[in-house]
Amino acid sequence: MSVTGPLTWPLVSFEDRMATVDFRVSSRAHITLDSSVCRDCPARACIVACPANLFVPTSDGGMLFNYEQCFECGTCYMVCNGEGAISWSYPEGGHGVAFKRS
Amino acid sequence: MAELAKSTGSAESAESAEVDFDIIVVGAGPAGSTAALVAARSGKSVCLIERGTFPGSKNMFGGVIYGRVLDSLIPNWWEQAPVQRWVTRRGTVVMTPTQSLTVDYRSAGWGEAPYNGATAFRPDFDAWLADHAVAAGATLVCSTTVTGVSRDSSGRFSVVSTDRPDGDLTARVVIACDGVNSFIAKDAGLYPHAGDTNHFTLGAKEVLALPREVIEDRFGLVGDEGADLEIIGCTGDIAGGGFIYTNLDSIAVGVVLRLSDLAESEHRAEKLIADLKTHPMVAPLVRGAELQEYSAHLIPEGGYDAMPTLGAPGLLISGDAAAFCLGGGLWLEGVNFAIGGGQAAAEAACAGLDRGDDGVGKSLVDDYRSRLEDTFVLADHKKLRKAPDLVLSDRMQFRYPQLVCDLLEGVFRVENPDPKPGFIRLFFRAAKKSGVKIRHVLVDAWRSARTYG
Repeated sequence: MSVTGPLTWPLVSFEDRMATVDFRVSSRAHITLDSSVCRDCPARACIVACPANLFVPTSDGGMLFNYEQCFECGTCYMVCNGEGAISWSYPEGGHGVAFKRS
Repeated sequence: MAELAKSTGSAESAESAEVDFDIIVVGAGPAGSTAALVAARSGKSVCLIERGTFPGSKNMFGGVIYGRVLDSLIPNWWEQAPVQRWVTRRGTVVMTPTQSLTVDYRSAGWGEAPYNGATAFRPDFDAWLADHAVAAGATLVCSTTVTGVSRDSSGRFSVVSTDRPDGDLTARVVIACDGVNSFIAKDAGLYPHAGDTNHFTLGAKEVLALPREVIEDRFGLVGDEGADLEIIGCTGDIAGGGFIYTNLDSIAVGVVLRLSDLAESEHRAEKLIADLKTHPMVAPLVRGAELQEYSAHLIPEGGYDAMPTLGAPGLLISGDAAAFCLGGGLWLEGVNFAIGGGQAAAEAACAGLDRGDDGVGKSLVDDYRSRLEDTFVLADHKKLRKAPDLVLSDRMQFRYPQLVCDLLEGVFRVENPDPKPGFIRLFFRAAKKSGVKIRHVLVDAWRSARTYG
């Protein structure tokens, strides 16, 4: 048996990519963002670094964040240089990401 | 929850009435489940707390499990451990965007018991290991997040707070195996350099479905044999690496990225994976494969010199929480170090309880440390303490892959009617092109010899 296909890869849309992951979303956000701190942040490393692409800059200089599809990896608070911008904790027990083939 | 504790604890010692458990283990990954297994077997009452709905559901690795550390804990573990494939092929790959050199080691012996390494899904493997802890008598409590570990009046860390109603539990010894972000270790002040992004990498991977016959054809495997390809030179301006692992009917392709570089880069993890998949060496291996699951996790790669203090009164930390993961370039190991670390933590805790140690003095942590030093866990880390910096150094990451590939290009390219140039000339040419001075090569060769010798 063989599988053929193009050797170049159509990029999977980010939405489809994240749809492969199971999340048991809690009603309580485990990460909260004080976007007033982000407003003055020149680096904004979280935008590129977050593997789930959860940090979205807004046109007015703010930052949108949604905790629902979070891997709970910790990258955002590690790369954040804005003191106090990100309040990070684990989701309540039994919630959050649930890997199957990791 | 304390009621649950009292009704299920085995209450071996007369003093058990004072606390809910002899030992509470936080986190049912390989370190925590091993600690719980060892402690329960020696007759201690043990509670193993896991925040996922089942052990392994929060865990991810880019990885191979080297299982020999289990020989003494679970005899013939290979007959029952839920692995994907036994690694019989280890490729170390150096690449540039258009070239690659693979050192492809294969061993038929690795395909037979007791094997060497295996690919696995952590939700399967970690749940299996936790089952052994439960079978030994540990009480596993899932879907419960530990919110803090605090000191009692004697100064000992003994109160474990959870997000359950009435969720405080007490223990004589707490073993924190709460992973790379270990807030228990950080809150206890054990991580002086917790925020150092040089010492952590982000691992991101795609699991891609392929029929098993296709995997076996493409990777040259038979039956349950597996391949492990470790790659350097595929992460753009970010220090790190890439990997390809074969599962039974899927392959895992991913990258590992140093956080300090990622923070300053324009490259996103999934874009670097996409680039890796289009590399001329990789594309034929992964073509047509369909994304099954995307995942990401932090990895503590700082090694020996970036490790935290390994405990405090009444508290021991192990596994990724203690940065036991080995990012040693040639060797990339973690699960085995977690298992070895968890075993040592439980043995130290049990020995302390047996001699009536109240855990307040330094003896508990000192005993734990000396047990780790007596095994591969700290012995390997100490020996390879310079490896993480060497592997992630600028020349190793961004210069030598080009140099090596250009050298091989010159060696194997036939440019008749020109005669073959000599190796030395080719080497100098390649070094010059990649911007490396010969004295740097000599310095790095000496560093490598000292690191790995």
